[in-house]
Amino acid sequence: MSKLKRKYSNGVRSSSFFIWLRQRSTIAFIMCVPLLLIVIGLVAYPFLYSIFLSTLNKAETEFVGIGNYLFLFKRETFWLVVKQSIIFALVAVFFKALIGFIAAHSINTIPSKGQRKWRGALLIPWVIPPALSTLGWWWLFEPTYSALNWILTEFALPTIPWLSETFWARFAVILVNVWFGAPFFLIMYLAALKSIPEHLYEAASIDGASSIQKLFHITLPMMRNIIAITVLFSIIVTFANFDIVRVLTQGGPLNTTHLFSTYAFRVGIESGDIPLGASVSLFMFPILAILAFIILRNVRERALNS
Amino acid sequence: MKKLISKSGLHSNRKWALYTSYGFLIAFVIFFLFPPYFMLVTSLKSNTEIAELATNPWIIEHGVTFEHYWSLLSETSFLTFFRNTVVVTLLVVAITMVVSVLAAYSLSRLKFWGSGILATGIFLTYLVPETLLFIPLFKIVGWLGLLNSYWVLVLVYPTLSIPFCTWIMIGYFSSIPKELDEAALIDGANHIQMLLKVFIPVAMPGLIAATIFAFTVSWAGFLYPLAFIYSESEMVLTVGTVTTLIKGDVFHWGGLMAGALLASAPPVILYAFLMDYYIAGLTSGATKG
Repeated sequence: MSKLKRKYSNGVRSSSFFIWLRQRSTIAFIMCVPLLLIVIGLVAYPFLYSIFLSTLNKAETEFVGIGNYLFLFKRETFWLVVKQSIIFALVAVFFKALIGFIAAHSINTIPSKGQRKWRGALLIPWVIPPALSTLGWWWLFEPTYSALNWILTEFALPTIPWLSETFWARFAVILVNVWFGAPFFLIMYLAALKSIPEHLYEAASIDGASSIQKLFHITLPMMRNIIAITVLFSIIVTFANFDIVRVLTQGGPLNTTHLFSTYAFRVGIESGDIPLGASVSLFMFPILAILAFIILRNVRERALNS
Repeated sequence: MKKLISKSGLHSNRKWALYTSYGFLIAFVIFFLFPPYFMLVTSLKSNTEIAELATNPWIIEHGVTFEHYWSLLSETSFLTFFRNTVVVTLLVVAITMVVSVLAAYSLSRLKFWGSGILATGIFLTYLVPETLLFIPLFKIVGWLGLLNSYWVLVLVYPTLSIPFCTWIMIGYFSSIPKELDEAALIDGANHIQMLLKVFIPVAMPGLIAATIFAFTVSWAGFLYPLAFIYSESEMVLTVGTVTTLIKGDVFHWGGLMAGALLASAPPVILYAFLMDYYIAGLTSGATKG
């Protein structure tokens, strides 16, 4: 109380309530300055600069307008990249969501004292830096020594040309992405499952509902929101993935596993055509923007509801 | 009688659910753990055994050897990569935490003109993938003279870590009751004191989660160092392991796997101890809204 009195007897500080208010917002703004500098200088500015770059020729000396984009539209490789990025993102996210859900549901079913151990074991792929774990997969797929093919041979099955045939190379990059990303779904779903009130299940049991009915009438409806957000978020991350394809196939065979990011890297950094590379990666933007918009609306709705 | 039947039906139903659950979990554990297991097995085998086609690749038949680990540490630049990664990661974590804690405190408590828009903007920035920006950043870090130096990572990694860390810290700070800071203000605490003495201690779990996130982003980053760094002496673990250890016509699989495993060890150990904090931080958005 005495401190409060001292505060208000201090002429400078108490001269006006509004000065204090202004000071408060000034302090607030100053605290955000480092963040603003980083977001404006290293995210917003590079993004706008990227748009500008994409309108230049390879030597960056001449303005070519949408020339780079038109050039890409005529390239067969570019359409391969579009197709593969969409297949990759949708198939991988579907299986990540499915495996994540089954795993989360299984962990939630077993007695709670064992749950932590299983969860810990199942999270390991997600903890290893993907560029490094993909090296392990690369070795598993190695044409001569492939340990996976060794198993197939033991069962008298034909061996698989993992990384040299288009279908199997696409299969391989999706497999590794599912392996790496499914644990993320597992933890998100597990948290959501734990938040479903137990009494809903008890009431359903009394009414004689089977576990399948409980799954479709309680679990899934209660988790609709979190499933939507996790899937949308994962589509963004998967669509923009780089590490796995880069380490495993480098876009091969014959550019059939390239994603936007690896193709942009090939064109922009390795072949030195920075404007064309910028154009390739900017093609991701409309899709990412739409997904981000939906996620934001979802998050806002949830914030309002709670 | 009827009750009895339904009860035993329920019982077998539950048992069946339990068995399927364990079945799935065992299948998933095999699927999720066989690649790291195979990496470990390879890293402990002699080169002659790795090159043998007849033996079972999944087990070690001719004895365990640590030669790949020794040559990795003595004959390659692995320790340089390690040192560079540690320097980059520590700095990125420090920068991230200072910037995001200050911003989160401001955005969750003080509010100013445009702070609502800024909070939304931060969330959107979190959704911007690195693959969208590496080409313009390549030009920009070139102007700054940072190309081919690991300091470039200290500059660019915070763009990936700060948005999410700020976002979770806003969540944790907002859940602190307002009465607590009113009490502190009445006691004459200024904002910095309040942040250090009230907010940071109370939101410690969130702080730990954010730190782990920043650590992970920085330790596992691959695209930026691959695009911006060429000299072996400046490389970090991910890029160094992937690019320098696989040079030459003969792949040194044992050494490569040893390198990948050693480079992954710090995050794996960190997660083993702090997993619960990280999961709580990550899912707080999911369960709290």
